[in-house]
Amino acid sequence: MSIVVSELRHTYNEGTPARSEALRGVSVVIERGQWVSIVGHTGSGKSTLAQHLNLLLLPQSGSVSIDGTDVTRDAKNLRGLRRRVGLVFQYPEQQFFAETVRDEIEFAPLNWGVTGRELDECVEMAVRSSGLDPALLGSNPFAISGGQRRRAALASVLSMRPDYLVLDEPTAGLDAAGIRELRQLMASVRDEGMGVVQVTHDLEGALANSDRILVLERGVGVTCGDAESVAEYLLRSPVQGLLMPPLARFIAGLRERGIHLPLTAGVGDVINSLEERLGCEV
Amino acid sequence: MQGVTYSYQGATAPAVTGVDLEVNPGEWLALVGANGSGKSTLAKICNALQIPTQGVCRVMGLDSSDPANTGEIRRNVALVFQNPEDQIVASIVEEDVAFGPENLGLPSGEIQIRVDRALELTGLLEYRGRGSSSLSGGQKQRLALAGALAMSPCALVLDESTSMLDPEGRESFLGCIGELNAQGMTIVQITHRMEEAVRAGRIAVMERGRVVWDGAPELFFGGEYLRWGFEEPLEFALHRELLARGILPGATLPVAEDMLRSLCL
Repeated sequence: MSIVVSELRHTYNEGTPARSEALRGVSVVIERGQWVSIVGHTGSGKSTLAQHLNLLLLPQSGSVSIDGTDVTRDAKNLRGLRRRVGLVFQYPEQQFFAETVRDEIEFAPLNWGVTGRELDECVEMAVRSSGLDPALLGSNPFAISGGQRRRAALASVLSMRPDYLVLDEPTAGLDAAGIRELRQLMASVRDEGMGVVQVTHDLEGALANSDRILVLERGVGVTCGDAESVAEYLLRSPVQGLLMPPLARFIAGLRERGIHLPLTAGVGDVINSLEERLGCEV
Repeated sequence: MQGVTYSYQGATAPAVTGVDLEVNPGEWLALVGANGSGKSTLAKICNALQIPTQGVCRVMGLDSSDPANTGEIRRNVALVFQNPEDQIVASIVEEDVAFGPENLGLPSGEIQIRVDRALELTGLLEYRGRGSSSLSGGQKQRLALAGALAMSPCALVLDESTSMLDPEGRESFLGCIGELNAQGMTIVQITHRMEEAVRAGRIAVMERGRVVWDGAPELFFGGEYLRWGFEEPLEFALHRELLARGILPGATLPVAEDMLRSLCL
């Protein structure tokens, strides 16, 4: 079960002077139970790709298939397919419109015709998965704290029970505690079998948390793989807008001084290697 | 600021409580704290967008609660927000930069000089005739900064001004801020990113509306910041461990290149 994106192209404002090619042939596979990060500079095509994953945008060229169904060939089923992929926009809490948190969370399932006990279950499950404080269900979504608001926004997407969750810059504007909690939440829905896609320009966070990373540069996927292979690629061939994380830069500096470590090595490994080297010198 | 307290209308608790803080000319102060700790409110008090409900804020000796001083304070303390779209007003880059000085009623020659200088400082000279909306996120944030600089302020207050930028955009923006500070501009930088605060000459921590710590970066990054629950970037954790083991000398900052130099391998 996976979303397969193949040779996807997308051009905005085709035929006008403002024409811009956002995606120029991107391929990627997103499996359920995996966390994939899409990283790239501002304007690299990350958000355009994310919007194709839940079919807000349809392929102009190339294809997107969800669990084996090619969306361009099965346009009648668009609604059903869209329901499988929950999309959380940047600053999702800015899009609240309902008067209570519960109304906000119920909105999507109600639109799918879910009612009664099933609706209550949807809400309950969404509240549990998002870590939202259930006591806030009756509150006005604009009157709760920033961290809880982000959770309420997530709950309102999780209530559709999607198989995939796509989040556009989910940690923007959150403080350290908020970021930690959100990452735990993403890991836990991934572990429950959901496919998680995170669009971000935080390369360090992507390297540390995701199973696979797709790097976009000017609409092209330049590399895709696990953290170490992507870090090695970026060290060899710098990509516009992405800077090597400081610890990886430090490790690259150690390599030049004869200490060889993986670029994604942890702090403990770095210290051990340094102590070993300095111990030898003494 | 002396004993500054600020309460929003209808709020149950003040956003800022009893803050005493003095920022000296030419200083670069990083104001750090969790979401909702009162940082942005304090930023708005700095340029008289908000007036303390108790206590007093003086900018260059001028009491911000006296409406006669408001204009003078706002000309001298420029605020740059998180989202540059919030403060870009004109469709052409140079017209946007000229907007502030034009509103001051300055002669056109003076406006031109200010616009040129602000565009030069922010590296946007080659974009002067471009449409503001065609700029990248990083360029837009520098445009917002240029608009602020054209007012010839003495101080810049940056409220999470880099949070929407990609890492390269952030580097170029902060590089620009560093140069301005080196030329004597006072900087108050609000951030919750430790790797940004490390550039400042002084750190103040806010928690629940109060300034709870205020001191030198070397002391703060020597481990003090962990007390306040900030996320520890990996290179900071490495730095702390290497200091504790005596592998790094005490005055090193948690910056990869600084640490490599100090290691003498």
